[in-house]
Amino acid sequence: MKRLDPFLPFLGVIGLIAVWYVAVWNKIVDPVLLPSPTEAAIALWKGMNGGKLGIDFIQTVHRTVVSIAIAAVIAIPLGIFLGSSEKLYRSVEFVIDFFRSTPASAMFPLFLVLFGVGDKAKISVAAFGAMLVILFNVAYGVMNARKTRLLAAKVMGASRLRVLSDVMLLESLPQTFVGLRNGVSLALVIIVVAEMFIGSQDGLGHRVFEAQQLFNMPDMYAAIFAAGALGYGLNLLFLLIERRFVHWSGK
Amino acid sequence: MNADAALRTSSTGAVAPVEPVVVTRPHVTIRGLSKRFDKAVIYDKFDLDIPRGKLVSVFGPNGCGKSTLINMIAGLIPMDEGQVLFDGMLLSDIKFGYVFQNYREALFPWLRAFDNIAYPLKLMHVPKAERRARVEKLVARLGVKLDLNRYPYEMSGGQQQLISIMRALVVEPEILFLDEPFSALDYEMTLFMREQLQRLFIETRTTTVLVSHDLEEAVYLADHVLLLSRHPALVADFVLYDAPRPRSDATLSDDEFVRVKAHCLEVFQREVRRA
Repeated sequence: MKRLDPFLPFLGVIGLIAVWYVAVWNKIVDPVLLPSPTEAAIALWKGMNGGKLGIDFIQTVHRTVVSIAIAAVIAIPLGIFLGSSEKLYRSVEFVIDFFRSTPASAMFPLFLVLFGVGDKAKISVAAFGAMLVILFNVAYGVMNARKTRLLAAKVMGASRLRVLSDVMLLESLPQTFVGLRNGVSLALVIIVVAEMFIGSQDGLGHRVFEAQQLFNMPDMYAAIFAAGALGYGLNLLFLLIERRFVHWSGK
Repeated sequence: MNADAALRTSSTGAVAPVEPVVVTRPHVTIRGLSKRFDKAVIYDKFDLDIPRGKLVSVFGPNGCGKSTLINMIAGLIPMDEGQVLFDGMLLSDIKFGYVFQNYREALFPWLRAFDNIAYPLKLMHVPKAERRARVEKLVARLGVKLDLNRYPYEMSGGQQQLISIMRALVVEPEILFLDEPFSALDYEMTLFMREQLQRLFIETRTTTVLVSHDLEEAVYLADHVLLLSRHPALVADFVLYDAPRPRSDATLSDDEFVRVKAHCLEVFQREVRRA
């Protein structure tokens, strides 16, 4: 029975597709609203292989990657700086938590005013949202560095700067990756939503929205699955990077 | 100073002098040490001399400030008043090693065992080749048989603590502090580590201060047992135990060992009851 263990994750997928087929065959849902899995799969395949969906997919990847890169470049050094002094962090904590709790979609109009209707606005809203998530995690990672470890470095004669670079920074890495993974998920959500509404010409959000407007349901499901695969893939990518570089995480 | 060092070397060297000259000047002098936490006075004008090249165990009632004492001597926590001198020098002028109780949090999990041991040398700007040579020398000297390419989390608790101790020893410290180093280990590992520590001590004869919550361990490893009273802590007794080394399991049932341990226990009980 143990040999079957690697196949367990597929059971849910097979189950879902089975339920979907049953629903389509028995016409439980209006066929116009729910095409068969085969139709959706064909739309996905065609769309990704030379179709518009592939271009939209790349656009969304591009925007998400740029926004997460901007967020990381700002949030990681800032998080280390703020986290290295608990007093400093406490003094800005409310502001960070407030905007972290503010739905990023509520910020769209502001960013539209600031950056216009193009890519800049979408990327900057996503970067803003992801930045706060990363910042918060990095700062906590630094603040929660094991006291004994800091003391050990200090007792061996490490300067404050050395303690920061040799211990605090590495101590905060596992938490930083938690922030990056949450940040990239949030960035993708914001990018897809932005692509739906703010006068977009491309991107997965635009594809989903347009397919729905045209009542092209197979295309819509295809775009949804493409977005799902992208989110899952990005998360997996960060997990793999984390396992490779933060091998001590959780040990 | 140089004379002291020479004497120390000659008394541990292969050719022992006929009558080893006893170094009488203490290594560490603690004078007028005071410390309070909020309203609790832990130390009030505390004085102590720590002899050179000896292993001193610190034992006393719970919360009397055993760890606080070595943490203040080693500069981990500030003292309110008083002075600690090492051969007349300040802590900042000497090399010392400190071993934490919690090895899991004291080692750096992102560094291999080898690099953990070499880290203090890196802080001292010792070049890489020399760092390697010095760690290898230490390993050979201590006869440690461990795969130092592994990460701490891949090692057992005892092995990790051994790495911590080696990290403390690699700088060739003048004094070594250990804060309940074996209390997080199981009994089997504790017995093994006691032997390791005894071997290290015989090998290096570094002045060592060991905080212990296990009286048997405290006496077994010690040249002197420092018994503290309840706080404000005073020296309740400073018991000499000069059984020859290496000591072994047979030592534990030796008359002198039993007598010293019984005496320490009596002093300890008296101090506990005094509260």
